[in-house]
Amino acid sequence: MSEVRLQIDGKEVRAEEGATILETARAAGIEIPTLCLHEALEPFGGCRLCVVEVEAGGWSRLVVSCVYTVAEGLVVRTRNKKIDRTRKMLLELLLAHAPDSPPLQELAAEYGADRDRFGQETSFCVHCGLCVRYCAEVKGLHAVGFIDRGIRKEISFLPEIAAKECRDCMECFPLCPTSYLQAAFVLVEAFTSR
Amino acid sequence: MARFGTLQQLTDYRQELVGSRPTDRPCVAICAGAGCLASGAGEVIDAFETELSRQGLDAGIDTRGTGCPGFCERGPVVVIRPQEICYLRVTAEDVPEIVASLGNGQIVERLLYEDPASGARAVHENDIPFYKHQKRTLLRSNNLIDSRSIDDYLAIGGYAALVKALFEMGPEAVLEEVKKSNIRGRGGAGFPAGRKWEGSRNAPGEPKYVLVNADEGDPGAFMDRALLEGNPHSVLEGLMIGGFTIGAAEGYIYVRQEYPLAVKNVLHAIAQAEEYGLLGEDILGSGFDFTIRVHKGAGAFVCGESTALMTALEGRVGEPRPKYVRSNVKGLWGRPTVLNNVETWANVPLIVGRGADWFNGIGTAGSKGTKIFSLVGKIRNTGLVEVPMGMPLREIIEDIGGGVPDGKKFKAVQTGGPSGGCLPAEMLHLEVGFDELADAGSMMGSGGMIVMDEDNCMVDVARYFVEFLTEESCGKCVPCREGLRQMHRILTNICEGRGREGDIETLEELSEVLTEASLCGLGQSAANPFLSTLRYFRAEYEAHITEKRCPAVSCKELVSYWIDPEKCKACMICLKRCPAQSIEGGKKQIHVIDQSKCDACGVCRDVCPEKFAAVRKFSGEPVPDPLPLAERTLVKGGG
Amino acid sequence: MNTTIADLAGVDRIIAEHGGRADALIQVLLDVQAEISWLPADALARIAERLDVPPALVQHITTFYKAFSLVPKGRHRVHVCMGTACHVRGALRILDTVEELTGLAPGETDPDLKFSLETVNCLGCCALGPVIEIDGKTHGNVSLARTEDVLKSYE
Repeated sequence: MSEVRLQIDGKEVRAEEGATILETARAAGIEIPTLCLHEALEPFGGCRLCVVEVEAGGWSRLVVSCVYTVAEGLVVRTRNKKIDRTRKMLLELLLAHAPDSPPLQELAAEYGADRDRFGQETSFCVHCGLCVRYCAEVKGLHAVGFIDRGIRKEISFLPEIAAKECRDCMECFPLCPTSYLQAAFVLVEAFTSR
Repeated sequence: MARFGTLQQLTDYRQELVGSRPTDRPCVAICAGAGCLASGAGEVIDAFETELSRQGLDAGIDTRGTGCPGFCERGPVVVIRPQEICYLRVTAEDVPEIVASLGNGQIVERLLYEDPASGARAVHENDIPFYKHQKRTLLRSNNLIDSRSIDDYLAIGGYAALVKALFEMGPEAVLEEVKKSNIRGRGGAGFPAGRKWEGSRNAPGEPKYVLVNADEGDPGAFMDRALLEGNPHSVLEGLMIGGFTIGAAEGYIYVRQEYPLAVKNVLHAIAQAEEYGLLGEDILGSGFDFTIRVHKGAGAFVCGESTALMTALEGRVGEPRPKYVRSNVKGLWGRPTVLNNVETWANVPLIVGRGADWFNGIGTAGSKGTKIFSLVGKIRNTGLVEVPMGMPLREIIEDIGGGVPDGKKFKAVQTGGPSGGCLPAEMLHLEVGFDELADAGSMMGSGGMIVMDEDNCMVDVARYFVEFLTEESCGKCVPCREGLRQMHRILTNICEGRGREGDIETLEELSEVLTEASLCGLGQSAANPFLSTLRYFRAEYEAHITEKRCPAVSCKELVSYWIDPEKCKACMICLKRCPAQSIEGGKKQIHVIDQSKCDACGVCRDVCPEKFAAVRKFSGEPVPDPLPLAERTLVKGGG
Repeated sequence: MNTTIADLAGVDRIIAEHGGRADALIQVLLDVQAEISWLPADALARIAERLDVPPALVQHITTFYKAFSLVPKGRHRVHVCMGTACHVRGALRILDTVEELTGLAPGETDPDLKFSLETVNCLGCCALGPVIEIDGKTHGNVSLARTEDVLKSYE
């Protein structure tokens, strides 16, 4: 693996080819917010909070740093007006679902996001997919999955698998940035133990 | 029929075919495309077969169910060859008269095209304005061949471009020719096809794949369907040439299952090509192996996006991939993959056969060749039109489309589907091309062209597309799923009279995040319908928000219906039809709508006899007070 | 509720036709549905098992793609076209009328299994818009009043 040199927030850094901007920035002590990222899981690219601006060959654009890989001579900015504006809006959209989520509140304070900008949604789930992906990728159980698409997308436990596997595992519970997951499971459990 | 093992065998067979089919052999060509079939073309075909045999003419005259010639508005369309007489809106009852005319060489005047202004009749296809201004390099063949006959395709020179590629040119020369033609993808973004092919050809990794995107999902667009149904071999031939060029031995056609006829015809075409040895191993002795498989799409607009289509092909949920890797380098199963849409592939045999210079001779500097548009909505001549790139919108809409019907005023033309935008009358000078449309805030897209008139509300159109996308988004990334959810809510509020100051600005902020931060093309372009209507029709948004008025008198919640007592003839029709039972009155009692009961469905206006036209609708102004009970008795002959 | 493909043998046959490959999942589901018009739970369980695909993924796929139905369909399938060409010619009001007359929202089937109502994005018959399609037959240029007559003609 060869090494590439790039610039993040004005700082010259080196990284292995194939590394993501996010990994490289964090190694250099530059923090980028994330929600759907987990070190044991494949990058998902869903929450988009880790957007950064990249500049190469005279053009610049926003990319998500959890999947965008480094390249020689790349110039990266992790904060500017546009990035902050984007993160603020993303947070406001998420807060409509989970206004009391601690990690979201923390980020909201940082980016000045208004938790009441949009009306409260009925579902708490922010679709980070951590539970679904952890159960599939780490545990190989597939006890929880997505259903539907678009604005109707939800997560859902499969009662027949959950009844067998979940009570002894529950490793996904602490991953959930809202309280939604636990609620969903409790519901299924109540339903299946009837 | 034996399989052709060598080029010579195909050449001999083609000569035999052409020799046995003199060009002056009489033929009745009936459009068997989906639009004409819906208008009764199936019965017309049956009637011709029965009637020709009844009159003893079936031995000398062929009957051919062909692909779509485009003039859906006047379907079923029948063309009599070799004279090229074009009959429109033909019914089974008309058939005996047409067949009789074939015998005595006469023309059935009443079925010819009639110019709406002059009343003059046009005998031949090319005399009809709808066709006269077109340049039909792709659609022309549709009406010449039976969509289900490989012999018909061979007889008009089909698979000659494949032969040329395999035996005369070789892959490098084909690639050069396609690059030189400057053809840009007809599916949406307009990426140069030659560069895409070159990337795949040079990319490491085996096997490679070529794919046809026939997941035509833009509502109001059916160009690809017409090509795939009408001339499936042209798409197969293009795909084979593509496979040969980049070094792929497998091709897939991703076609939406909502197009059953296209699926059927393309499967039939593949089976025929296999039987003839044009697909399979060592094609015509050239050493080139190629197979094609069909994958039916199960109903997801997002699968038109290239990486989502590939994940769907792999049997998974059609979510786009988050990684920044070009699919022509790492595509299907992680291998180099060229994905082009139906119309792009159908152009390939023409480019290879006639040469890049011919192709470059059509179009503008940035957009070469022709483009098929589906011209629909509030337009006199609905149908598929193929025009050279660079034709002004006005010419397409007025000269070919015949303009807006019913004396209404043109308001906007929407191009590019849910990723595109609405262009107003001031922009009709615009020459159609990828860059021209994008600069104007719309998009070429796959070629939908929906004409709207003064009765269409532009805020409602934006709401319509956003609603479509909230349902069609895969739901994976936050900007698209949540951003569209909020945009839809705000636009609905505006349409329903609950718009607030600041809504436009919030919509603009949401648009920026969608455009900049979405994972795939669906989200990145999802704000275009809103942004383009705001750019050209801002006043309509403001009227809804500040005056609670819909200038087009279209948004149901902002519209009131009222029966003009001067015009009402107390005919009881609306009174009986009103689903809310909100109409008071009776025989000889002028009808009055009880505004508190009316839910503005519009049935009364729809059923009121045209000669009375007593029902009016308002927006943003008070409804006149109802006539006092005592004055409601209708006076005969009076006002 | 059981499938009408006798004892899942039909499901197995379709799986075999596709070589039992996991990547053929969507094609298998489409073919099964083409035969019995919906996807019963026991058929889905069988497909998941035979193709070795987690049931959670089958659940996502059958709800993600709109061609699939997890409930039985009525005798008459009513499709109201909501394509742009139909929309600008008043499709929304046609849909309102159909909903009112059948008492169904899109995606629903009545308890007597008479009608199933669905919206579709484009039937490609834009020249005839607004269009409703019932059991594969296209009814073009429908007015609000004609919609009622058309629906009443189905038993």
